[in-house]
Formats: sequence, structure tokens, C-alpha cells
Amino acid sequence: MFEWDSVSTCSFFFFDCLINYNRFSEGMDSIMKDLNSPHSMGTTIIGVTYDGGVILGADSRTSTGLYVANRASDKITQLTDNVYLCRSGSAADSQLVSDYVRHFLHQHTIQLGQPATVKVAANLIRLLSYNNKNMLQAGLIVGGWDKYEGGKIYGVPLGGTIVEQPFAIGGSGSTYLYGFFDQEWKNGMTKDEAEKLVVKAVSLAIARDGASGGVVRTVIINSEGVTRNFYPGDTLPLWHEELPPQNSLLDILSSSSSSAEPMVS
Amino acid sequence: MMKLLTSQTWVLASKRCRFLLLSSSPRQLRYLPLLIRFLLADLLQIGHSVNNRSCTCKFITFTYLKMPSDTMDVPKTGFSFDLCRRNDMLAKKGLKSPSYLKTGTTIVGLIFENGVILGADTRATEGPIVADKNCEKIHYMAPNIYCCGAGTAADTEAVTDNISSQLKLHRYHTGRESRVVTALTLLKSHLFRYQGHVSAALVLGGVDVTGPHLHTIYPHGSTDTLPYATMGSGSLAAMAIFESEYREGLTRDEGVNLVTKAICSGIFNDLGSGSNVDVCVIEKGKKEYLRNHLTPNPRTYVSSRGYTFSKKAEVLLTKITPQKELVEVVEVGGDAMEE
Repeated sequence: MFEWDSVSTCSFFFFDCLINYNRFSEGMDSIMKDLNSPHSMGTTIIGVTYDGGVILGADSRTSTGLYVANRASDKITQLTDNVYLCRSGSAADSQLVSDYVRHFLHQHTIQLGQPATVKVAANLIRLLSYNNKNMLQAGLIVGGWDKYEGGKIYGVPLGGTIVEQPFAIGGSGSTYLYGFFDQEWKNGMTKDEAEKLVVKAVSLAIARDGASGGVVRTVIINSEGVTRNFYPGDTLPLWHEELPPQNSLLDILSSSSSSAEPMVS
Repeated sequence: MMKLLTSQTWVLASKRCRFLLLSSSPRQLRYLPLLIRFLLADLLQIGHSVNNRSCTCKFITFTYLKMPSDTMDVPKTGFSFDLCRRNDMLAKKGLKSPSYLKTGTTIVGLIFENGVILGADTRATEGPIVADKNCEKIHYMAPNIYCCGAGTAADTEAVTDNISSQLKLHRYHTGRESRVVTALTLLKSHLFRYQGHVSAALVLGGVDVTGPHLHTIYPHGSTDTLPYATMGSGSLAAMAIFESEYREGLTRDEGVNLVTKAICSGIFNDLGSGSNVDVCVIEKGKKEYLRNHLTPNPRTYVSSRGYTFSKKAEVLLTKITPQKELVEVVEVGGDAMEE
């Protein structure tokens, strides 16, 4: 049941939302201001453990102000062979943090002589996030598999806390998923169940959050290796009051001249 | 700075070097001008190449000690925001700060079957005025990598020049052709370090051993890798064209036509873009820089009276310099130095 009381105490929910909506002004300036806004990923990112590994999921929309700068971005970046990172918040900050940590982990792997553990990767992310908390705006979810602990998910939100969780959600779209996960989450799911859950959750968030959209990307990490999957918008289930995608006149006209694919958001 | 320890002993000390003057008799005050000279030189920071000179004479001893770390100041890196408060104060008093030259722009890039095509318009604006009707927005980075720049013209020029030099040094160092991801990493680290204050939005494209690549780089340092990209104030107009008509595996001519169309859409529908279309086609092993590939805005009005001075103007000197002088470089045979 939705309670008005709970809304006023929900200040922390907006930690990953776009906080750089500029007030519109006349003329060209509004467009320029929009396009010069920091590249932000109002996003939905999810990390889920299952029996044998982890599954990371994310949408693919990167926005600058109210313009979608990249509608097919990849927010799940690789840190090592067995550890991946879901990025949200400022695109520049999260990209640079992931680059630095990839470098440090590479060095660590060489020095250690064996693959780095997920815990180490998450703690490196946490150190960078915490020590630069005044300047960075990046909400991150670290997930991977190692031979000591198995599949693990660590959430490193804004501010640099590190929290080991059986599942983690982040980004502006995650606000719409807290209730969903409270109901649907089960411990010890199989790989297929878990992946279906992740895709369902991201598509729900895309339906309700304006800052999330595009396609759903998932990465499955387990003892056998890493599998990347891609779910285009038209394969996702439709939710309440969503219209089915239709071929526009543009597609019909252009299909006579060239082999254009129908455009789906 | 001058302290009287006893009636006859003076100690002079300064921030950068220590002067010690011990005088045993008032008669030695005639040495004071010499010391004042040293002190003034230090205060005015005139260069002194004196190191630990010590001069002893019968009645006075003074030692000039130079602190090694103090005088050689390493300039602080990064931007200096010291004058911001003064600028704010002046702005409040009504002083209009000079506006900077922006390239309110349309820049695009796309990947076709054999490589990358970059396109740009040629208008540079300074507020509402067109400062340059035919500027070059496609910058050279490496023989196989070019970069279109939108945002503050000075920033895009400086950043691309800087990284182009770094790439050349890297080429000498490694002995290999530059890769697009190298340029990408150099640009992104530079822009991130300046936290968005270097207002340069770039479309970087090139072909290297790993294939054709196209990246967009935003002023805060984030990057995207895309098959087709647009940036600048006219990016929405150009992206509309790309989203309707782009497909994989375009031929060179189709690609150039699509890029031209997208830039024209920016030129005619965005106030910050205009004039002509520049195109650059990069393929494996070769590149073609088509400067002013299309000029859809020619100057059509020519005054019938001709462009002469009014009657009141007195012509003192008429000097006509031909616009283009082609200089031919002739290599006199032989590289060896001859006595």
C-alpha cells in the first residue's frame, strides 16, 4: 500500500537520480545547457546472486539533461575476467573509477599470482569512492565469482559504503523495484529463474522511470565463465498501459528503398 | 623584519633569505646601504645567483643564506581560480566580461563498410555574432585519426593539439601507427582532470590495425563508443537524420551523402551552426579531407556600385597583394652536409 507518510522520509531514494535538471530559458541557451550538462546515467542497475554465481543486469540509457545521448550504452564493465561492475550516476566519474580499479586489480593479480577475489575488487572500488566522496557521484554494484566465496554481490553506493548483499539494486529506476524485490526475491534460485527475474525487474523500471530505457543487458558470471546477453526493447513484456511497438510510416517507406530495421525504443 | 637586539646589533631577516648583521660599532652603519640593496633585491624578487655567500670583515659579519627550496617555486598545476572573486565583484559593478568564441556546432561521425566518415559545419560564434564563417572544426590527431570539436573553440583546439603531440611522441616511442583508443584515453583523462571546465565535446574517429572506431567524448570526461554519433548544438537535428537513415554496411558515397545531409540539417535548423560542410573520410591506409565539400550558403549579393571608399576618404597608398602565393619547395640534391 502506498503511504504518503513514507514519501517524506524517502530522502535517500533520490541519491542516484539526475540532480542536474536545468531550468529552461529562452532560445538556444536551453539546448546548449542541456547538451553541456554532465553526462549522467539515470539508470537501473541490478545484481543478483543465485545458486552457483551472480547475474548483473542494467538498462542502456545515458542522458545529458533531457536528451538521450546514448540509447545503447553498456553499463556493465569488466574489471577482471571474473568480476564485473554495474555503473550508475555520473558517466565520467564511474568510467574513470572503473578504469583506475581495473588497473589496480591487474597489478594485484600479477602480484598475487591468481585471480583477484570479488571482495578485493569491491574494496578497491570502495576506497576510491570513499576517499573522493566530495568529488565523485557514482553508485556502483560489484559482482563476480571466485573460488573461495563463490558468487558475491557488493553494493558501493554514493559516499563509499560497502555492503555485501544477496541482491543489490541501484540507479534512479531502483526506487520502483524495492517493493518488487521484497516480494519476488528467493534465496537459492536457479540460473534461469534468476535471469528471468533480473530482466523482468529492469523492464519494470524502464516502464516507470523516464531516465531508464533502451535495451536490457545481462551478464552471468559463474565457475564456468562469463555469458553476456542482450534483450532488445521489443522482446520485453508489456506492463500496465504500455502500448505495443508499431512500425511507423517512416519504416514502411524506407523499407522499400533499403533494408532498414523497424525502430523500437 | 629589522630587530634591534642590542643598541649595536641588528638582525635583518626576510622570508626568502636570512640576513644576519652583527655590528659592533655604530660606525659600521655605513655598510647598511649594501645590505639594504640585498634586501630590496630579495623583496623585489630580482634574480640573485648568490649562494651562501659569507663575508667577514673586522667589524661586521653578515651572512646571506639562501634557502634552496624557497626561491625556486614550482608553479602550481591546474587552473588558478584566484581572480574569480574579483571578477564577480566587477560583474556586479556592471562590467561585461568578454565572451569567448564558441563553436555552437553540428559535428557528426559514422562508421561505414571500410572505415569512418567525420563531418562538421564551419560556423564559429561569439554570442550572437558569427566570428568565423569558414572555420575548421575537423582537427588532425594522427595520419589515421581525426577529431571533430564542439564547444569553446580555444579549448577544442588546445586539447586536440596537445593530444596530437602526445600521440606523435608515442609513435616515435613505440614505432607503430597510433590507435584510436590511445587518443581516446589521453583525451578522456585530460578532460576528467579539469572536471568539465575545459569545455570540449569531441567526436573522435579513425582506422587502425584493430579496425574502424568512432567515439564521442564529453567535457566531463565520459566517453561512448557508437556506430554513428552527433555532438554540438545541432546534434539533435543531425541525429534525427541518422536515426532515420543509418544502416550498417553503407558504401563510401552513401556515407558521405548521409553525413552531408545530417550536417545540412544542422546548418539550416540550428542557429549555432551554418555556412559550409566539411567532410573527412578515413579508410585503412588512406584518408581524404574534403574541405568545404558542400557550400550551400554562398554570398549572393554583390553591390552593383562596387566596393570603393566614399568620396571623403583620401587614399594615401594602394597596395594589392595576391591572396594565394604558391611556394614551391625545391630540394637541392643531397642530404649530406657539405663543407
